[in-house]
Amino acid sequence: MFYREAGQFKTSYGADQAVFPILQDQIFIGLWLALGFVLVPLVSTEYLLKAILIPFLILALAALGLNLLVGYCGQLSLGTGGFMAVGAYAAYNLCVRIPWLNPVVAFLLAGGVATLVGIAFGIPSLRIKGYYLAVATLAAQFFLDWVFSRVAWFTNNTPSGSITAPPVTLFELTFDTPVKKYLLCLSILVLFAAVAKNLVRGRIGRAWMATRDMDVAAEIIGIRPMYAKLSAFAVSSFFIGVAGGLWAFVHLGSWEPLAFDVNRSFSILFMVIIGGLGSILGSFLGAAFITVLPLLLNQLPQWLGVSISTAMISHLEAMIFGCLIVFFLIVEPLGLARLWRIGKEKLRLWPFPY
Amino acid sequence: MMLRIFTARAVLFAAAAAGAIAATNEVLAQANEQFVPMLVYRSGPYAPNGVPFANGYADYLTLVNERDGGINGVKIAFEECETGYATDRGVECYERLKGKGPTGAAAFSPLSTGITYALTEKVYADKIPLITMGYGRSESVDGGVFQWNFPLFGTYWDAADVLIQYIGKLNGGLDKLKGKKIALVYHDSPYGKEPIPLLQERARRHGFELMTIPVTHPGVEQKAAWLQIRQNRPDYVLLWGWGVMNSTAIKEAVAVNYPREQMYGVWWAGAEPDVLPAGADAKGYNALALQHSAGQGAVHADILKYVYGKGKGAGQKDDVGHVLYNRGMINAMLLVESIRTAQGKFGKKPLSGEQVRWGIESLNLDQKRISQVGMSGMLQPFKVSCYDHAGAHHARIHQWDGTKWVFVSDWIEADSSIIRPMVDEAAAKYAKEKNLTRRDCKAS
Repeated sequence: MFYREAGQFKTSYGADQAVFPILQDQIFIGLWLALGFVLVPLVSTEYLLKAILIPFLILALAALGLNLLVGYCGQLSLGTGGFMAVGAYAAYNLCVRIPWLNPVVAFLLAGGVATLVGIAFGIPSLRIKGYYLAVATLAAQFFLDWVFSRVAWFTNNTPSGSITAPPVTLFELTFDTPVKKYLLCLSILVLFAAVAKNLVRGRIGRAWMATRDMDVAAEIIGIRPMYAKLSAFAVSSFFIGVAGGLWAFVHLGSWEPLAFDVNRSFSILFMVIIGGLGSILGSFLGAAFITVLPLLLNQLPQWLGVSISTAMISHLEAMIFGCLIVFFLIVEPLGLARLWRIGKEKLRLWPFPY
Repeated sequence: MMLRIFTARAVLFAAAAAGAIAATNEVLAQANEQFVPMLVYRSGPYAPNGVPFANGYADYLTLVNERDGGINGVKIAFEECETGYATDRGVECYERLKGKGPTGAAAFSPLSTGITYALTEKVYADKIPLITMGYGRSESVDGGVFQWNFPLFGTYWDAADVLIQYIGKLNGGLDKLKGKKIALVYHDSPYGKEPIPLLQERARRHGFELMTIPVTHPGVEQKAAWLQIRQNRPDYVLLWGWGVMNSTAIKEAVAVNYPREQMYGVWWAGAEPDVLPAGADAKGYNALALQHSAGQGAVHADILKYVYGKGKGAGQKDDVGHVLYNRGMINAMLLVESIRTAQGKFGKKPLSGEQVRWGIESLNLDQKRISQVGMSGMLQPFKVSCYDHAGAHHARIHQWDGTKWVFVSDWIEADSSIIRPMVDEAAAKYAKEKNLTRRDCKAS
């Protein structure tokens, strides 16, 4: 009843090809943006912003980047943590060695550095596919871990290996309060999500999806595999590099190479898989699931008034988390985004059964 | 089909339940209670060492509540948060616990140098002290720059210095170290890398060769490291490990037949969980003792009576008196005494982090007070000041004889003529980077 597009006639090609053609969709997205930009900063506590929302936004950006590579282009990658590290350390080195450089510009340049590294480690994808490519990207992850641990130049010759990010400023505005940091991350995420959505609806996105579905057939009809695959690696690494810079500068503040280890890669891959491969919304849903759920499970015993030792809570968290991932993969292998799409279909008919 | 409908309904229900639960707010601490947060790791590869420390800490706080009725009548409310030794989880736990209780958290002891580095940035704004007893940033001894960090009893530069002095003593003088080979097997993290600058300085002065051998977290893969040691045969191996890395290192030393008598662990690599897994082969392994070793004193009798006797113990009764249990207990004691000192100035009520910070900086434990808390023989009298946030820079070496730890050395004082200039330089560099004005120590 609410979701019918009856009576909405498009009078221009532009209106017909809009990202959100249905008026109800446009209102819905408008409400979400208003909620995100206006309501959440007003009512959130500091803990909610710092520990839940900011990590969610940054990891959603990283999941978005990985979804472009794994979901849209079909190139399995386990090097996400390493590329985030490239973004973080590149941003740090740019800020420290070029003091007059604006940190937000440094994030974008760091994304560029991550792009180059991503292309370099994406070259094996031209020869190998599937799990073998996953292993090659895993090698990238470990190599980058090693480089940032051993080569002192990247950490500005700090003896301890732990570096602190300079504060993030943009034209006189310093992002030091949680609300400002949250708004910075949200703005960057919305911008990048818009870019991603348009990319996947265009020629490049269709080349990616064709490569994913059947790369030999795609090559035959004229999609050059090198351009398709390496551009996927490039764009994905850019997103992930910027996310890495944000994670280090805005969320952690001070980090060591362990912050971007293989567990980070796996968690972002799980976000993409659970959220939905090949779906922009899926990245957000997956990021929310994986960021919020462990914290929820950790604090649930306290809210229910049941007293369990912290070790037991940790173990239970790991077990329940694993069970839920397995459950979702069995029940809905296409991810949470598919559940949302089914919901939308039902909404179009509601309250009628057919 | 039915499973799909079931899933959809289950997801909706879970979302509603989460929303309802999130709306409720639980009040933990009553109005007249001091909130003490505990960042612990009871799971993961560092749990074998994290668990006894956390038990000691919790048991001492429970003892103060049960035996004394709190600190001058103000009971302590404490809550544990699992960090798993991971920096991001440590930061999340910090954010969760820092505002709890009527006056906020008293002080944080993260028991992880990595988390300490991350929290050092945040405590300036939140005004909560960090007690990093025997770990943390070595330059945080300088209270003029690091107002909120307290590396009580010494840092890793002190530890490395004491070890080198002891090894020098064994050889008949520091000048006899010329030409010797000393290997540092270290955990590849800020914790493990901390002593390297001091060891390089000492190597430069006395002419010994320093080999640094990193071991990747979590430290179960050490075959390559010990192969290097077998090939190079250093005269001494310094072990800077934590968690399962320690026990693995000793087992690997047994495998390559490196004499354990020539191995010296830092004070975080010298406890029962490190030597017991290797069994009888660990005999002869030496380690630093951060003031205390294993053993029971008057305070342990009180803990067994008032805490375990009432069934409120955090761990097993048999662990009471082990090395890391004692360390956690002493850490809690230092916080309690700091709060007591601060209450002397600010009143017998729950105190804020700023007030507790003053208490820690004014902490002065003499022999009389140490005996009163029941820890005589475990600590030496010491005094914290703005100039020296550590308060003491000496340690002893204890050796595992197969069944217990035995002291094999006297108190060795770290050489401040070498260390203090390094501290001042590093602290000045930090202050310049962060644009901090140095506090005037004479004024406070």
